[in-house]
Amino acid sequence: MTNWIEIARLEEIPRLGSRVLKTDTMDIAVFRTNDDEIFALKDSCPHKGGPLSQGIVHDHAVTCPLHNWKIDLRTGEVLGPDEGCVHHYAAKVEDGVVSIRLREEATAL
Amino acid sequence: MQKQKLVLIGNGMAGIRTVEELLKLEPEAYEVTVFGSEPYPNYNRIMLSPVLAGEKTVDDIVLNSYEWYAENGITLHTGDPVIEIDRVTRRVRTAKGEQVGYDRLLLATGSYPFIIPVPGSDLEGVIGFRDIDDVETMLESAKTYQKAVVIGGGLLGLEAANGLLKNGMDVTVVHLLDTLMERQLDKPAAALLQANLEERGLKFMMEAQTAAITGQDRVQGVKFADGSEVEADLVVMAVGIRPNIELAQSAGIYCERGIVVNDTLQTYDPSIYAVGECVQHRGQCYGLVAPLFEQAKVCANHLAKLGFGRYEGSVTSTKLKVTGIDLFSAGEFNEGDEDETLVLQDPAQGVYKKLVIHDNRIKGAVMYGDTLDGTWYFQMLRDGTDISGFRSTILFGQHDLGDAGHGDERILSLDDSAEVCGCNGVSKGEIVDCIVKKGLFTLDEVRAHTKASASCGSCTGLVETLLASTVGEGYSAAPSKKPLCTCTEHSHDDVIASIRDQELKSMPAVREAMEWKTPDGCASCRPALNYYLLAAWPGEYEDDAQSRFINERAHGNIQKDGTYSVVPRMFGGLVKPDELRAIADVADKFDVPEVKVTGGQRVDLFGVKKEDLPAMWADLNAAGMVSGHAYGKALRTVKTCVGKSWCRFGTQDSTGLGVKLEELTWGSWMPHKFKMAVSGCPRNCAEATIKDFGVVCVDSGYELHIGGNGGIKVRVTDLLTKVETEDEVLEYSGAFVQLYREEAHYLERTAPWVERVGLNYVKDRMADEHGRQALFERFKFSQQFAQHDPWQERAEGAQAHEFTPLKIVG
Ligand code: SRM
Ligand SMILES: Cc1cc2nc3c(=O)[nH]c(=O)nc-3n(C[C@H](O)[C@H](O)[C@H](O)COP(=O)(O)OP(=O)(O)OC[C@H]3O[C@@H](n4cnc5c(N)ncnc54)[C@H](O)[C@@H]3O)c2cc1C
Ligand code: SF4
Ligand code: FES
Repeated sequence: MTNWIEIARLEEIPRLGSRVLKTDTMDIAVFRTNDDEIFALKDSCPHKGGPLSQGIVHDHAVTCPLHNWKIDLRTGEVLGPDEGCVHHYAAKVEDGVVSIRLREEATAL
Repeated sequence: MQKQKLVLIGNGMAGIRTVEELLKLEPEAYEVTVFGSEPYPNYNRIMLSPVLAGEKTVDDIVLNSYEWYAENGITLHTGDPVIEIDRVTRRVRTAKGEQVGYDRLLLATGSYPFIIPVPGSDLEGVIGFRDIDDVETMLESAKTYQKAVVIGGGLLGLEAANGLLKNGMDVTVVHLLDTLMERQLDKPAAALLQANLEERGLKFMMEAQTAAITGQDRVQGVKFADGSEVEADLVVMAVGIRPNIELAQSAGIYCERGIVVNDTLQTYDPSIYAVGECVQHRGQCYGLVAPLFEQAKVCANHLAKLGFGRYEGSVTSTKLKVTGIDLFSAGEFNEGDEDETLVLQDPAQGVYKKLVIHDNRIKGAVMYGDTLDGTWYFQMLRDGTDISGFRSTILFGQHDLGDAGHGDERILSLDDSAEVCGCNGVSKGEIVDCIVKKGLFTLDEVRAHTKASASCGSCTGLVETLLASTVGEGYSAAPSKKPLCTCTEHSHDDVIASIRDQELKSMPAVREAMEWKTPDGCASCRPALNYYLLAAWPGEYEDDAQSRFINERAHGNIQKDGTYSVVPRMFGGLVKPDELRAIADVADKFDVPEVKVTGGQRVDLFGVKKEDLPAMWADLNAAGMVSGHAYGKALRTVKTCVGKSWCRFGTQDSTGLGVKLEELTWGSWMPHKFKMAVSGCPRNCAEATIKDFGVVCVDSGYELHIGGNGGIKVRVTDLLTKVETEDEVLEYSGAFVQLYREEAHYLERTAPWVERVGLNYVKDRMADEHGRQALFERFKFSQQFAQHDPWQERAEGAQAHEFTPLKIVG
């Protein structure tokens, strides 16, 4: 039993772009890099809550549209000189299908 | 087509500069071969003085490395002088027997130091001061010998003496006349100079005529006409230069004092050109680089077969490159009977300034101790400026006229980002960098390359100080030039030029050709590249949504809470009741929290949810409205006043013209936002004189104004020109927009752009009828692809993923 949820086909997310995944409680930004890796972050910038899904994606980072903070897609950490961190979620692509894991599983099992 | 052969004799400053200018104009026109007698690539001869003084090394002063010759496909033969020119078979032959044919020959053989023909002048230890070998001889001698005599108290002699003194020698300067540098200085200034140099430890023998050099194999002393004598282990003759014309003469090319050339730098043999110190033009020979570089430019133009440009002679100015001595001289500094002089003398400060005036115009200037305003005076001298308005304060300098005056030293302590030239936004780092990288050494060159001090001129003194400190005292690690962003070392201009010249048509192509350091750029360079490509290749380049800032991707302004604003276009500020009704309806239908009239004469709907945008746009489209691009680096609004249809003062149909302007230009992407306005009379209710392009209607036609800005830094427009018809207004506006689109830097509004490139540049481009029409045609062509309403496209389903969430999960 896993917590992986299929959310889209890879081609539904533009390269160097993102889509928003809505949940009951919040929005999640799902990013696709130029080399087709997928990352998911809470769609809320650690600075003033800007929607990261609307930013410009480059390499493995996104620049927030409101005040240009840069966030590392792999960790959710803000890249210098600013500081902060946004929650990130595990995401994967299998056979062209994108899935993410919303709740952390007890991986020890 | 087979390339023509160009042979250059003389691998020095003027010759190589000519080749550089030629490569800029026609890189493929010639197969170039260069012969130089010295065993070095082209170096900066001027800097031999700092090398001798130990302030620079020989490596520092190389201007064109061996790689430069190779990269430009130039065959270089060093250490092998040409000894024969055969004009019949058009071949040259060198000392080592090399033979090369030419279609065009360029002579740039420079000059020789004049060696006074007295007995003993051929002894070992008697040299001139001209090339690297001379400097090395002097440096060697300083190690083993004590006493040096420099014959000649002119510019070169004093720089040699100063250098030898710094190398620990006991130096005596021998001069024929009673004042130093008599060709540049009047008596009071020369006396101040001599006193200063004596303080430093130089000895002088004035009014001394050299009669013989004594010694067996090596020099031991110098004998004078009055019978006196002085000991010497080294004698440097610096009494003048003689154009090097023997080779030309032996080939039967007409020479007088120098090789005689016309205003296109052509000798009497039309296939042979000559530039530099070996040349005599309109009876003048020059011994400073500024005029030689002017010659190089004209000569290259003719070699490139462009056939315009004439060299009409130069007025020169001089400075002495002895660290710590400020001296400036230009023009005729000894007054004639008809002239007047203005003098400022402050012995305590060691300052002396003199201007020779004729008919309220400056004829000459001599300055000692404080030379900050030298270039200002020189400029007025060359321009023939009437100084009657500020004659009483002119000697106090430019800053006394109300311009920003700065002390020399202050600038040196500022950091590299400090802005030096406010008009053109040039920082200290950029100037220093340009001087170092491009090997500049005249104020005019720094102006041409950086535009610093090219506009109002109030920072001229600062730029001069930077120039002097950079080339004069040895520089540390060079700061890099201002790159587009941290992903690259290239500047905006480099990128624009490469996209155009190398026909780069995609972002990866640009990043590859220009060696980007990141795989897919960053949030700064991607929008810039996307714009440059879009502007360069209309209809061909496909816009990249992922490289657009969110506002331009979502076609609305993002708000602080992540919602968007919607501003439909109202052409010229006109609106129909139906359109207002449609706006009211969408505001109700989509629960728009706030509706506001903007400063741009239209209506803004704030707080719209992103998912609602396409549906809202569809409703607005249905009422005939399109996107107002209130979010874009694009044509924004054309503001108008009521004009002559209603207003009692109106002279023309300002509203109607505004509508036409907006219809012409809407939808075009620009380096930054672009605003226009049309006012119906000079009362200017539409505020046309703070717009990027403003029209003020008058009885006889239309005044066109450019480069205004009402934002962070208010700037009033400059008047571009006046025209008589609406059609001309449209043509000028389209051409101006296109010039801005093609040449401005991304995120540079017209105000800083006009200041950077200079109003005159823009005026010239607009005044040239063919050029203007071509720009206008290019603009109309690109508009074919731009004038599609982005809202309609999206309302019909384009880019749907942008506006719909992936899915909703629990
Ligand atoms: C809506 C409006 C204010 C209003 O309620 O009236 C407005 C709103 C904004 N202006 Fe403005 N400007 C508005 C007229 C102006 C004007 C007046 C004018 O155009 O006559 C100016 C001064 C004139 C000028 O540009 O020269 C103006 C000078 C600026 C500037 C400073 C530009 C500069 O060159 O210094 C910015 C910042 C920028 O562009 O970087 C700016 C930026 C902005 C932004 C886009 C801020 C942003 O990046 O989010 C604002 C968007 C608000 C939003 O959420 O939608 N706005 N802005 C006006 C829209 C006009 C329109 O119909 O399109
Ligand atoms: C120490 C010093 C300080 C100076 N300071 C200043 C200054 O502060 N400001 C200023 O404006 N100017 C200054 N000058 C003058 C300036 O350097 C010259 O005006 C300039 O270098 C002349 O350029 P040119 O190309 O005509 O001659 P050069 O630079 O002398 O080049 C001519 C070259 O041709 C070579 N050549 C000659 N005959 C042949 C042949 N037959 N075959 C092959 N090669 C040949 C020579 O060896 C030489 O390398 C200074 C000069 C010196 C020496
Ligand atoms: S521009 Fe002149 S004519 Fe037009 S409305 Fe203003 S004052 Fe009246
Ligand atoms: S909210 Fe993201 S940078 Fe300010």
